[in-house]
Amino acid sequence: MTIAKMEIKRNIKSLLIWSAVIGGMIMLCLLLFPQLKKEVDSLEEALKNMGGLTSAFGMDRLNYGEIMGFYGIYGGSMLGIGGMFYSAILGTGMLAREEQEHTAEFLLTHPVSRERILFQKLGAMVFLLVLMNGIVILFSCTSFVMIGEEPDWKIFWIYHGAQLLMQAEILGVCCGISAFIRRGSISLGIGVAALLYFLGLFKNIAEKADAVKYITPYAYGDAAEIISEGGLDGKLAILGIAYGFAGVAVGLWHYRRKDIL
Amino acid sequence: MNTVIRIQNLTKYYGKHRGVLNLNLEVKKGEIYGFIGPNGAGKSTAIRTMLGLLKPSSGKTEILGMDTVSNKTEILKRVGYMPSEAAFYSSMRVKDVIAFSADLYGRDCREEAGKLCERLKLDTKKKVEELSLGNKKKVSIVCAFQHGADLYVLDEPTSGLDPLMQKEFFSLVKERNQAGAAVFLSSHILSEVQKYCHRAAIIREGRLVKEDEVANICRASAKRVTVQGITEISGIEAADIQMLENGISFLYRGEIRPLLEKLSELSIEDLTITEPGLEETFLHFYEGGKRA
Repeated sequence: MTIAKMEIKRNIKSLLIWSAVIGGMIMLCLLLFPQLKKEVDSLEEALKNMGGLTSAFGMDRLNYGEIMGFYGIYGGSMLGIGGMFYSAILGTGMLAREEQEHTAEFLLTHPVSRERILFQKLGAMVFLLVLMNGIVILFSCTSFVMIGEEPDWKIFWIYHGAQLLMQAEILGVCCGISAFIRRGSISLGIGVAALLYFLGLFKNIAEKADAVKYITPYAYGDAAEIISEGGLDGKLAILGIAYGFAGVAVGLWHYRRKDIL
Repeated sequence: MNTVIRIQNLTKYYGKHRGVLNLNLEVKKGEIYGFIGPNGAGKSTAIRTMLGLLKPSSGKTEILGMDTVSNKTEILKRVGYMPSEAAFYSSMRVKDVIAFSADLYGRDCREEAGKLCERLKLDTKKKVEELSLGNKKKVSIVCAFQHGADLYVLDEPTSGLDPLMQKEFFSLVKERNQAGAAVFLSSHILSEVQKYCHRAAIIREGRLVKEDEVANICRASAKRVTVQGITEISGIEAADIQMLENGISFLYRGEIRPLLEKLSELSIEDLTITEPGLEETFLHFYEGGKRA
């Protein structure tokens, strides 16, 4: 567990920043809910006139005046975007960062196999993701108590489970990418996350783009979909898990063979 | 097992670029072995292939009797490695880097690490990002030496160390060698190799050009001939000719008798013939190769 512990320690500051920013934004939105609830009729009218944007963020399927609908629109966007970016940056940096910062030589000249390095790093990243989601949930729950609202707990946990799964899939895919690159991991991570997120929004806007649901994990992690359907699309979730595992497998295959310069 | 490192027909290409070509060498148990070559000659490629960082294009390397491709982890447990440019996790403190390295070896090295840090006057509370090049080298020394290896692979180990620390470092190397460990020392500083190594290899453009005992390498190559009283020589195959105030100095490779016969025909005042230093020998091999 030496490498996993080191990775967690190394990434703890960024974890706290990401968690505080995402959790804080969700909290800020939820604290506004009691006031907005009173003006729900005029707001809904305004939202209907926003055209494609309304469907992109699932506002056409969620009830703005109910806590879960409101949480799905705002919390869903904050955690959706933030979680995707955070997991993509963690994933693409996982192996590439060692070469970028020239620490790969130090690590790999110790008696530790490349498989052990990859799996311990991956374990550490999954732990960081769980911790980030845990902190965000804590922010959400505190906010619910502060505003005196109670969410539909079943849907709440399904949604957060789907978010974690979505982030884990991106982590796995980006872990695979990480084995192929030597530098520029953060830019690539941001690029991958942005692409997957906007593909998700695109799917919500254009009916003809339904096939992208087989590419972007945002399709099964979308709060609007989960809350309005009362659950997540199991088939897409299984496909997402398969993509994540495939990413790790390809990454491991290449990492075992590559020259460390 | 008497051979600690065995490199057989090792070739490594980076795409179309040459790393090392058909390299063969052996390091025996208890030896301090020098590995000399200019920048880009292939020294670090050979070392990195030996340690499993690079996959050989062809040929094989064995360390401590084990194949480096299939037994990398087992080998590295018994090796202490110092890279030419040490890089550590910048946010960590020195003591954490040293402890992390010991943990990766699965050993409790606190006592030995403490002794080494004291000996090298290393402040373990500093963060890595605050360290000078010399202090990074010291961290690297502690990481390589704290677990008591059977083989030390040292790539340009003294660059950045002050002369006192260099002396301390070599006394540590000698101690470990006397305790039975073999040392593979890659260096640009030829006086170091001449002073501390039993045998050495010279590598040029990826190929081994000479491997022998250090004394033999110096002896076999050429003699430095310094003659007073004349400023011109003819009929003698000389290299690296240097004009002196009242004489001439040159490198001579060949039989001594014909040289003396030629010189006796000239009005020389004084004559000295010396073994050249390893630096001169190295230049002789390198420049000789360039001409060829």
